Amino acid sequence: MSSRLGARLLLPFLGLTAVLLLWAVVSQTVAADLPSPWKTWLESKRYILEPFFKDGEMNQGIGRLAFYSLVRVAKGYLLALAIGTPIGFFLGLSRISPLAWLPLGLVVFQRSEPAAIFTIALCAMWPTVINTAVGVRGISQDYLNVGRVLKLSKLKMMTKIIIPASLPYVFTGYRLSLGIAWLVIVAAEMLTGTPGVGGFLWQEYNSLVYSHIILSVITIGAIGFILDRLMGLVESRFKTT
Amino acid sequence: MSHYLEVRGLEKTFRAATGPVRVLGGVDLSLEDGEFVAIVGYSGSGKTTLVSLIAGLIASDAGTIVLDGAVVTEPGPERGIVFQQYSLLPWMSVYDNVALAVDAVNPGLSGAERRRVTEEFIALVNLSEATWKRPRELSGGMLQRVAVARGLAMRPKLLLMDEPFSALDALTRATLQDELLRIWGERRSTVIMVTNDVDEAILLADRIYPMTPGPGAVLGPAIEVGLERPRHRRHMSLTPAYQKARQGIVEFLRACRRGWA
Repeated sequence: MSSRLGARLLLPFLGLTAVLLLWAVVSQTVAADLPSPWKTWLESKRYILEPFFKDGEMNQGIGRLAFYSLVRVAKGYLLALAIGTPIGFFLGLSRISPLAWLPLGLVVFQRSEPAAIFTIALCAMWPTVINTAVGVRGISQDYLNVGRVLKLSKLKMMTKIIIPASLPYVFTGYRLSLGIAWLVIVAAEMLTGTPGVGGFLWQEYNSLVYSHIILSVITIGAIGFILDRLMGLVESRFKTT
Repeated sequence: MSHYLEVRGLEKTFRAATGPVRVLGGVDLSLEDGEFVAIVGYSGSGKTTLVSLIAGLIASDAGTIVLDGAVVTEPGPERGIVFQQYSLLPWMSVYDNVALAVDAVNPGLSGAERRRVTEEFIALVNLSEATWKRPRELSGGMLQRVAVARGLAMRPKLLLMDEPFSALDALTRATLQDELLRIWGERRSTVIMVTNDVDEAILLADRIYPMTPGPGAVLGPAIEVGLERPRHRRHMSLTPAYQKARQGIVEFLRACRRGWA
């Protein structure tokens, strides 16, 4: 038991140490512009230790920046779910392969206003669309037969059988969509120049503060990891079968 | 003269990757109101296909099915089914699974009445303690009890049972057979049960049709089970009526098999 716990802590710790060592070596040798781990920490510690300070639009603590990004992602993500889930159900119930609709959807949506939220929604909705469609089409014929024998109305068929049966797939789609939504935030904030982790990253890149780029990358990674784990918990709650 | 259920010349061919497979080659079957009929045959001979056709879940290539004067074209609760693989909805409690069937045939029921009827069917299969459990918390025998309760809750003109107990262990199977015998004795539903268990068929049925092994399966001549009701498992196998029925079925099926093997 204790050795297994030890291995579970030791291996990530070894990995982290190896990465830091490699980083230090690379910053000292081939990439002179790359700040060392220690320099990165010195230049970033105010952002981490005072995560909610605000000196200006683009110079704020990492907690504040992450909050802006998370709100933006939440909006785009919810839009993705709101659009993606019904489309997925529709595709799943129709007889055409969901993938065949994808290029057409892209053509239609691509010309719309490229606002950050819309970009997130657009990029993040496809896993939800496809997983929902696949989930609905994969519903066991046994369950559908029960509905047919009982002559359930269209509404009851939907609420009593099709939705509950496809829920595990739908939530897998939601989880994948959330991962994409969080990835897209960087691109979306770069395009629109709004404050947030991605906007900060882009600004610091333009002002050549490399340590802050590293700070942003680590923040994005850590939040993405936490979001995925949280969604994983939600997903496992819906594994009915 | 017309029977309560009349099946005439039922044929079904499935298209498989290796070419068409003729499963049923002209099945004839007739049933009177309140009769319990069993269809016995080897696995894979087309018994489930026959049940699905009578249920209206799949369409036949030829032949007709008439139940109580109405031609069968689609599924409906007047032909309730107990599926071999239970087919309970795993996201619903036992109560909700049965209530779904109660609602389907009694749309205007009041809340209290709906509850009373649902609980009555759950009590009928001795599952009252498990009313609020989910299917994954139940054993195979309990699952099939729920499926039987749901089938009966449809108050069907004809109850179709597709190898209902074949997935259960021998002891549980015997218990459920006895309970089905008791329930049928109380309610006298019209039942077609498909099974590969000859003893199960003799214990439960008034009449048994052997089914020839496919492809192109048909039903052999009906064998009347001369056992008096109420029946009991004990001593049954010693009676001449039992031995006569068993011999009839087994000889027919063996003869068919010899022709193929």
